[in-house]
Amino acid sequence: MIIAQQKPIKDIAAMIADCKKVLLVGCAGCVTVCLSGGEKETEVLASSLRIMRRLQGNHLETVTYTATRQCDPEYIEALENLVKDVDAVVSLACGVGVQYIAERFHDKWVVPAQNTMFVGGSTAHGVWEERCGLCGDCILHRTGGICPIIRCSKSILNGPCGGSQYGKCEISKDVDCAWQLIYDRMKALGKLDKLLEIQPPKDWSKSRDGGPRKAIREDVMIG
Amino acid sequence: MKTESKLQKLLDSGHFAVTAEIGPPKHASAHGIRHHAHMLKDYVDATNITDCQTAIVRLSSIASAVHILDCGLEPIVQMTCRDRNRIAIQSDLLGAYSLGVRNLLCLSGDHQKFGNEPSAKNVYDIDSIQLIYLMRRMREEKLFFSGEPIKEHEPRFFIGAVANPFADPFEFRVARLEKKVEAGAEFIQTQCIFDMERFERFMEMVRERGIHERVHILAGVTPLKSWRAAKYLQTSVSGMIVPDDIVERLKKAEDPKREGIEICIEQIKHIRNIPGVHGVHIMAIAWEEVVPEIVERSGLFPRPKVE
Repeated sequence: MIIAQQKPIKDIAAMIADCKKVLLVGCAGCVTVCLSGGEKETEVLASSLRIMRRLQGNHLETVTYTATRQCDPEYIEALENLVKDVDAVVSLACGVGVQYIAERFHDKWVVPAQNTMFVGGSTAHGVWEERCGLCGDCILHRTGGICPIIRCSKSILNGPCGGSQYGKCEISKDVDCAWQLIYDRMKALGKLDKLLEIQPPKDWSKSRDGGPRKAIREDVMIG
Repeated sequence: MKTESKLQKLLDSGHFAVTAEIGPPKHASAHGIRHHAHMLKDYVDATNITDCQTAIVRLSSIASAVHILDCGLEPIVQMTCRDRNRIAIQSDLLGAYSLGVRNLLCLSGDHQKFGNEPSAKNVYDIDSIQLIYLMRRMREEKLFFSGEPIKEHEPRFFIGAVANPFADPFEFRVARLEKKVEAGAEFIQTQCIFDMERFERFMEMVRERGIHERVHILAGVTPLKSWRAAKYLQTSVSGMIVPDDIVERLKKAEDPKREGIEICIEQIKHIRNIPGVHGVHIMAIAWEEVVPEIVERSGLFPRPKVE
């Protein structure tokens, strides 16, 4: 899922400093699961922003709503009435949600309350880690199910580099060396010989460098 | 394949090669590079020019190489994958060759986190092994990385790579070296060696696989100025092993700098007797002026001449 983290409240407050009434829109998708933009966080943020403004003697009115998902137009439609009389919309979704709201209500000031960080999963309660680089050309079958594109800090496909020591990456003792993990796993699987094959340069045209990507399923398209 | 590299001629004819390293400055004057080039030119066979080492912005490796050439010394241009995509790499290397550079060392490059631009966007479009492979293919099959033919004047670099016997997983280090040789590396320069025992084990594994017969291995050495420098390498630099006795020896020394030079000379004399090592690569980080003495006292002076 997408992992996002709320921006510091001062930064969010600064983006809506001129507003008297704002709509805060949470998302019941990924950001609810990673506890950064669900219903609860939306209410807490609204309340925090009001308190901040009250302390400044500058009243702020807030309206809150949590969409099922902000990345589907049908769930954005429901904001129609709420958006009308607010000065700005604060989206607590990932960057997709912010853009969907901005596109749908193009005369509204829409601001992001979150920093969209990565695609990952939880490794412990309250801990999320990046697992996928969204490169559009999965090679996990060659690397023992561990992604070197995103988990190796140099994205080496023929690793490990010379900075790998004691199982850790040179950039931090808190970061596992992806190639140590790959090596250990391939060794356990009896497939070390696979790592001796020279992996060719990656086709990045399937990644962001090919421009914004589109996925089409004609079988489910209507009309 | 024969190239116009003097370093290749020396190595291929069985000489024990000596290379050193010059770190370009953090400014726009070639004065220091030229000073070091003049100082080293009779003592080493070629000099590496680092490519923004530790991700610190420095005068470009290729521009420095031209100054070195002008001083009558053969440069080895280092090319990292950190800062350039495959378009920039090819363009820069065509340019380097056109300027007379004949030796190329392919590296992934230190992560930008350690440098003076830690918020830079890194590239790592291709990795060092892919770079080696693609440069060899460019030279031998006359193809750009894309596969498009190079109609004429393909760059014919003598291609090198690095190996670090002190990084992990240790058992995979020799396999990775072999992978680099398989990709097309013709000479290898190693990380600075302080843990001689581990290096000996590494070389044993290299010989078992016959890799030393397929590639020229130059062992890396670094003269240390103080016990603090040794301690720093021991504790703060990833992929380095510095045994305690080296730290202690420098600590006890009356003149640590002299002791650092002595240790380095002892290491070179030892390394010369390790089967499969074809040369030594002296990385006197910001201490280039001691290289002539080290070369001379290690019994490696004068350097052989080749046509």
